[in-house]
Amino acid sequence: MTGTGFTRRQALLAGAAFVLGAGTGPGTARATNGWQAALSAFTDGLQPVASGITLDLPEIAENGNMVPMTIRVESPMTPDDHVAEVIVIATDNPEPEVSRFRFTPLAGRAEVVTRIRLARSQEVIAAARMADGSTRIDRRQVSVIVGGCGA
Amino acid sequence: MERPRVRLSASVIATGETIEIRTLISHPMESGYRRDADGAVVPRKIITRFRCEFEGREVFTWELRPGVAANPYLQFRVRPPGSGQLAFTWTDDDGAEVSISESVTVT
Repeated sequence: MTGTGFTRRQALLAGAAFVLGAGTGPGTARATNGWQAALSAFTDGLQPVASGITLDLPEIAENGNMVPMTIRVESPMTPDDHVAEVIVIATDNPEPEVSRFRFTPLAGRAEVVTRIRLARSQEVIAAARMADGSTRIDRRQVSVIVGGCGA
Repeated sequence: MERPRVRLSASVIATGETIEIRTLISHPMESGYRRDADGAVVPRKIITRFRCEFEGREVFTWELRPGVAANPYLQFRVRPPGSGQLAFTWTDDDGAEVSISESVTVT
């Protein structure tokens, strides 16, 4: 570094150093970050159904520091039939659990939009647990051009 | 924490309708994984929770982790059962809180 302040280029280099430094290199985090256990704990070991939940993410994310994400779960959101909780898992982030969203019938509709960090190209999973304990899942593969160093 | 911004799609609605809520708070969401120019780990400091309540009843809660982007943005829905106050509260790693409330009228 040439001491000209913290430039965008340095920020990008720092991000690259993070990617290499975390878990010793691309590809290894997937095996060691424990995302499968997190998902299994969330679904209580049940096999989630791949319907009734939509995870929207861009196929290509130029900036892994800010990836727009939308999740919608189909539900009438009544006291007996509503979405209880949604988990978002980035399978190749150093910390795979990205967010949890807890809903009550007062939400009226189970829909959230936010922005997440992705350290590198990877599959992202959204799973929902309903009031009756049943679970749903959706997955998206995202190609990340510049990884988010803060993931 | 800085004062967040909250925008409601409508503050007067008919019974059974939902309101779209958009929130934005200025915060670095320092993940604890980043290193500074000298190679030292920058300590984690993130917002850990956002909660929306209607008249003291839980509507929606967001548990944030380091994988949430800086300046957390959130869009979600509320279906108020009647007129009253919606309260929005953000909490960070240090336990600091900031809250905003908005009135809604259900006709």
